[in-house]
Amino acid sequence: MTVDSMASTRPRGDCVQLLTPEGERVTHPGYEDVDFSPEQVRGFYRDFVLVRRIDTEGTALQRQGELGIWASLLGQEAAQVGSGRALEPGDFVFPTYREHGVAWCRGIDPVNLLGLFRGVDHGAWDPAEMNFGLYTIVIGAQSLHATGYAMGMQRDGAEDAVLAYFGDGASAQGDVNEAFIWAGVFNAPIVFFCQNNQWAISVPLARQTRAPLYQRAQGFGFPGVQVDGNDVFAVHEVTKRALRGAREGNGPTLIEAVTYRMGPHTTTDDPTRYRIASEVEEWRLKDPIERVRVYLARNGLADQAFFDSVDEEANDLAASIRKRCIELPDPGPMRMFQQVYAEPSPTLERERAEYEEYLAGFEGSHA
Amino acid sequence: MSKVTLGKALNLGLRKALEDDPKVLIMGEDVGRLGGVFRVTDGLQKDFGEDRVIDTPLAESGIIGTAVGLAMRGYRPICEIQFDGFVFPGFDQIVNQVAKLRYRSQGRVPMPIVIRIPFGGGIGAVEHHSESPETYFAHTAGLKVVACSNPTDAYWMIQQAVSSDDPIVFFEPKRRYHEKADLDEEANPYPLHAARVLRSGGDVTVLTWGPSVKTCMDAADAAREDGHEVELIDLRSLSPMDLDPVYASVERTGRLVVVHESPRTASLSAEVSALVTERCFYHLEAPVQRVTGFDVPYPPARVEDGFLPDLDRVLAAVDHTFEF
Repeated sequence: MTVDSMASTRPRGDCVQLLTPEGERVTHPGYEDVDFSPEQVRGFYRDFVLVRRIDTEGTALQRQGELGIWASLLGQEAAQVGSGRALEPGDFVFPTYREHGVAWCRGIDPVNLLGLFRGVDHGAWDPAEMNFGLYTIVIGAQSLHATGYAMGMQRDGAEDAVLAYFGDGASAQGDVNEAFIWAGVFNAPIVFFCQNNQWAISVPLARQTRAPLYQRAQGFGFPGVQVDGNDVFAVHEVTKRALRGAREGNGPTLIEAVTYRMGPHTTTDDPTRYRIASEVEEWRLKDPIERVRVYLARNGLADQAFFDSVDEEANDLAASIRKRCIELPDPGPMRMFQQVYAEPSPTLERERAEYEEYLAGFEGSHA
Repeated sequence: MSKVTLGKALNLGLRKALEDDPKVLIMGEDVGRLGGVFRVTDGLQKDFGEDRVIDTPLAESGIIGTAVGLAMRGYRPICEIQFDGFVFPGFDQIVNQVAKLRYRSQGRVPMPIVIRIPFGGGIGAVEHHSESPETYFAHTAGLKVVACSNPTDAYWMIQQAVSSDDPIVFFEPKRRYHEKADLDEEANPYPLHAARVLRSGGDVTVLTWGPSVKTCMDAADAAREDGHEVELIDLRSLSPMDLDPVYASVERTGRLVVVHESPRTASLSAEVSALVTERCFYHLEAPVQRVTGFDVPYPPARVEDGFLPDLDRVLAAVDHTFEF
């Protein structure tokens, strides 16, 4: 029990950071020429506020009984928006179940995320249309799907790349490590984006890995980069470069975005049972949104009217998705029989017909 | 019409599938340069290239999981699992992903994946090379499961499986790979998900699949000498099961024996017994009999002859149906 759970998260010489928690623009070897337009930075800020508001609304709706569960992304906005905004239209995303910020960047209607956690479906967006896969609950399973998809792009001669998300907990899964092997030996156009948020429910990073996660890539034969996951500038630039490399045929990259899960694992979790308040407070000082807000204000890139208008937009969005979430129609019992197979199974058809007949027996029996 | 082995018939069927659709891929351990440990994919990499007949790293979850991604991209992967007992590292991907993605996506993400598994015992192999895991997959909603028993079925069923938009676990009777029979490549194929009456008889119905079909055919010959005419049905599709020919047969014979290599408890013969009892209750002259592997881990090779249903055990069960 001597391994420090924060061992791989302290600022290191090789962890890319371009914006400090205090909002100071800094540079990193090899990143001297990076520049962001005022419009782009305001765009990040707007994304942050809206995504955090969606997340807050998700938690509130769960507390009010409108969702079964909600997995909060609080604290991970920069990791998600920074990487999500680095995507080109042809790129394809494989998310976990916490990528609400990436979903936002891909244009997924937030109500579709709420619908999943409400239990009306398992995800109502079309992955092929949005280039954004369905949320995957089994930890790390999507990393293999992502790799296979990238192998398909390779066979199609497409100049696109895959961005595969997973967490520090998933780094212990066989599937993730098999995905690294596959991506390496087939030189697949994929970027593995690990949001190291320090906690897999109650288990700290130290129980998932002895070596810093980004260093693992070396053993699989491709580059690994550690980035301040609460720094949208660094995340964006690192991801953009990795995706470009993948598109240009240079194979995979592993990005470890060092961030923090500020909230519980999900609304069913109680983090006070396993982590101390001072750790959370320490990370609150590294908040991804606050540092961009300070940067914008201090450099005169946004005025109060801008911040007010974003807040107003967030309020409107929250009201809209809340209303539409509550109005989502219940699917009805016969929904469960749909799309089990492409070609109907006579066995299942019989079960369905029997159940339908059974239900019909109640018609008119209750007012 | 030519005589080919079951393994060669699969090879010809796979070749046809690769020719017919450029999206069809074969992937697995040793399927490329070697042509598979049973040579079922012999020569295919040479003719279709390394991008379509892919020698993968040695990890079954990786094989299935990357096939899922390739299917999402519009490919139709055929995964080879080298031996039955090695499918389990890929079990999560099969059961949680392959089987459920169509459902999860409400039909937007089809999973046209075939998972080929050589199965069953009788080859004197070491542990994990002789198992019959079909029940696990037949129990899983979203998957379809088939087993071929002869070269003609092997040739057609593999092509039908590849062209299906549903994921199909395709069991191949490994100890029958080298058995020859006529293959008619011009004939109209029998439907994939249909049971087939291989031999008509009015006294007792025997239902089986995969490697036990030949065992039961031999038993039917022997039963005839004892004065019992066996109606032999090859189930072929284990999920969904096509039991209509079985019901029709049992309504005539009143007797049913179900034969398979997999262990008995909660096996497919249990499902068949329940359904036949529901549907044919008043026609039954005897309880449904089962001749199966035992509820033990697959035994060492020197003991496997006792584990596997053989002609004598099938005959004993047939005879027993006349004792009620």
